[in-house]
Amino acid sequence: MRRDLVLRVVAKLLIPFVLLFALYVQFHGDFGPGGGFQAGVITAAAVIFFAIIFGLPAARRFAPDWFVESMVAAGVLVYGSVGVAGLLLGGNYLDYFVLAHDTVHGQERGIFWVEVGVAITVSGVMMKIFYMFAGRRRDPDEA
Amino acid sequence: MVLLTMMAVLTAAIVVQRNLFAVVVFGSIYSFLMATVLVALDAVDVAMTEASVGAGMSTVLLLAALYLTRGEEVKPLHRPLLPLLVAMVIGAALVYGTFGLPAFSDPQAPINTHVVPRYLGESLKETGVPNVVTAVLASYRGYDTLGETIVVFTAGAGVIALLRRIRRREDTRR
Repeated sequence: MRRDLVLRVVAKLLIPFVLLFALYVQFHGDFGPGGGFQAGVITAAAVIFFAIIFGLPAARRFAPDWFVESMVAAGVLVYGSVGVAGLLLGGNYLDYFVLAHDTVHGQERGIFWVEVGVAITVSGVMMKIFYMFAGRRRDPDEA
Repeated sequence: MVLLTMMAVLTAAIVVQRNLFAVVVFGSIYSFLMATVLVALDAVDVAMTEASVGAGMSTVLLLAALYLTRGEEVKPLHRPLLPLLVAMVIGAALVYGTFGLPAFSDPQAPINTHVVPRYLGESLKETGVPNVVTAVLASYRGYDTLGETIVVFTAGAGVIALLRRIRRREDTRR
């Protein structure tokens, strides 16, 4: 598939819009449908699309393994540290009211960072699972 | 109703079909129909998740897994009568259980009298987020979402652990 000109051109045209749509879903999730989980999946889908058209090594250059693996853990850390930030500022774990002077503002801030954490973990896991499957070769004993 | 009929036909096709590639494609179409049903039920967030994860991501992963295996389903060795019986009994029990549920969109149902009025009425005032789904997910049920994120993390860690070990064993064999 790597030599197909039409697919390559279409992919190059589409992938920026897919990533942009992922950002829209992420940051507009407070107002419309969407949120961290969906945005993470769409980001991972863009990278997987890239990997299918241009080959796995090209995708690995764009999003290397160590980066994807640290994304898997970093998202949970971001989520957890929002809770710890609430603790340090004098609330309960995952209390967002204390994150800003205004309680509503604190809620918005907390929700924003929590969604960021979810998006990072989800896209990292999706990309990693795809890398893992696509990186394996057919077992010669079975085929 | 049309959608549900199409989904039932697709399910039958998946059961009958022996070519696994066709099964994966049918599964993807099924997920898109499911997403359409969810849009019809006004659950746009869930529909989005179903379309991206069910139809997109899992199809890609299943195709990647299919590449590693043979493309045909193996014929069952014995007739699966006992599993069929068990499945039918459980299905009948579940259908019997639905008779006890309150009617769809019944205002007196427990789900509509307990916390939902507070979520629908107060969430904009309390969290400043117009999308109630986001407000419930990230704020009111923040602990649940943290748990879900950890589940996703654990799934990724599990896949890494499993597939890595296999690759290392191949290396030692060589």
